[in-house]
Amino acid sequence: MNKQSNVYTVVYASVMVVVVAAVLAFTAMSLKGKQNANIEIDKMIQILSSINIKSTADNAQAEYKNYVKEAFVINAKGEKVEGDAFNINVAAQVKLPFEERKLPVFVATLQDGSTKYIIPMYGAGLWGPIWGYISLDANGSTVYGAYFAHQGETPGLGAEIDKPKFYEQFIGKNFFKDGEFKSITVEKVGQKPMNGADYVDAISGGTITSQGVSAMINESVTPYETFFKSLTNNQGE
Amino acid sequence: MLLSKKSREALLGPLSKNNPVIIQVLGICSALAVTAKLEPAFVMAISVTAVVAFANVIISLLRNTIPNSIRIIVQLVVVAALVIIVDQVLKAYVYDVSKQLSVFIGLIITNCILMGRLEAFAMANGPWESFLDGVGNGLGYGLILIIIAFFRELLGSGTLFGYQVIPQALYDLGYQNNGLMILPPMALIVVGCIIWVHRAYNKDLQEK
Repeated sequence: MNKQSNVYTVVYASVMVVVVAAVLAFTAMSLKGKQNANIEIDKMIQILSSINIKSTADNAQAEYKNYVKEAFVINAKGEKVEGDAFNINVAAQVKLPFEERKLPVFVATLQDGSTKYIIPMYGAGLWGPIWGYISLDANGSTVYGAYFAHQGETPGLGAEIDKPKFYEQFIGKNFFKDGEFKSITVEKVGQKPMNGADYVDAISGGTITSQGVSAMINESVTPYETFFKSLTNNQGE
Repeated sequence: MLLSKKSREALLGPLSKNNPVIIQVLGICSALAVTAKLEPAFVMAISVTAVVAFANVIISLLRNTIPNSIRIIVQLVVVAALVIIVDQVLKAYVYDVSKQLSVFIGLIITNCILMGRLEAFAMANGPWESFLDGVGNGLGYGLILIIIAFFRELLGSGTLFGYQVIPQALYDLGYQNNGLMILPPMALIVVGCIIWVHRAYNKDLQEK
């Protein structure tokens, strides 16, 4: 057989492609279940971090069940809508206009009986996506905890957003100032937002990532305004 | 010895005198990228070793059937398929590490060591020798990665495999982790130091 002929080459390439495709499809199918479980557990760890509870891959599922008692989806008017809060793709939702978004809310009950509302966030850093969760007290304004993660921000600079030194600054800040919603911003050290909103210090050397965090909070939390307002009113403030 | 002289050369040569990183200067990009901590460096070493070894065996078995005009494509397809399998396995069993390595596993495909070994060795040798050559080169690459990661993690974070090894007392005295060690340029400098030490010991490698 002539191994340099065109027919041989084409047949060889075709057979190879089919065989490789079959092997890869088989691998992907057989590992799918385990991979999805890992992704879910990772998400639970992140959600728990935002209410300042550290968990590991081994106990995340149990801890999650323990704390997060309820999860629902709302729209920008604050009304509950159909949907599975845990599996909503936040990355796709933030691209939509506010009115069309499906907004997941996770409700956690802590050991002392207090209720916290957890909101997912998604945005862009310098090199790639950044995301996180922010938890608010039952008054719908005060931040109880925050968690940020990134795909590939510069180590030592932008990547510092996932360190406690940065995210712990958010604790105790307020989204409502005199009854008006003002998104918490990230400002260069020594600067203040013009509109009197609460702010935290940016990371020096990580300006673009810090601005990304600021924009992400604004973009992801603002549609919840009506919902938070209803919480505030229930508190009788 | 169990192995013939040729097999032994294929397996052990790449560890020192024929090392892919410090002699042939291949696979440098990933050596810079994944060596800030020991754990990802270790996983990367194992992954590359597995991929080179099996790609070598597969190409070696196919070597007499591969049409010459598409041989590079065939090699690439084999490597790409193996890399995807490794990536999927990591995602299923060591999700944390897979998250840290992120794109670098996919980039094993572009690691020059792979194409180099397939083209230079597997296309001309039997499966057993090719397997040993693959393991040898993978380990040679991994060895350098681990040495670099050892220094970078120790001096940059004060830890080894995530465990604190530099005592708190030293920090209290004013010792600071060197942030520069975390950044890729220091990996290049560490590679340079390794090459320097290696050549100082092996005088026959020095150019006249």
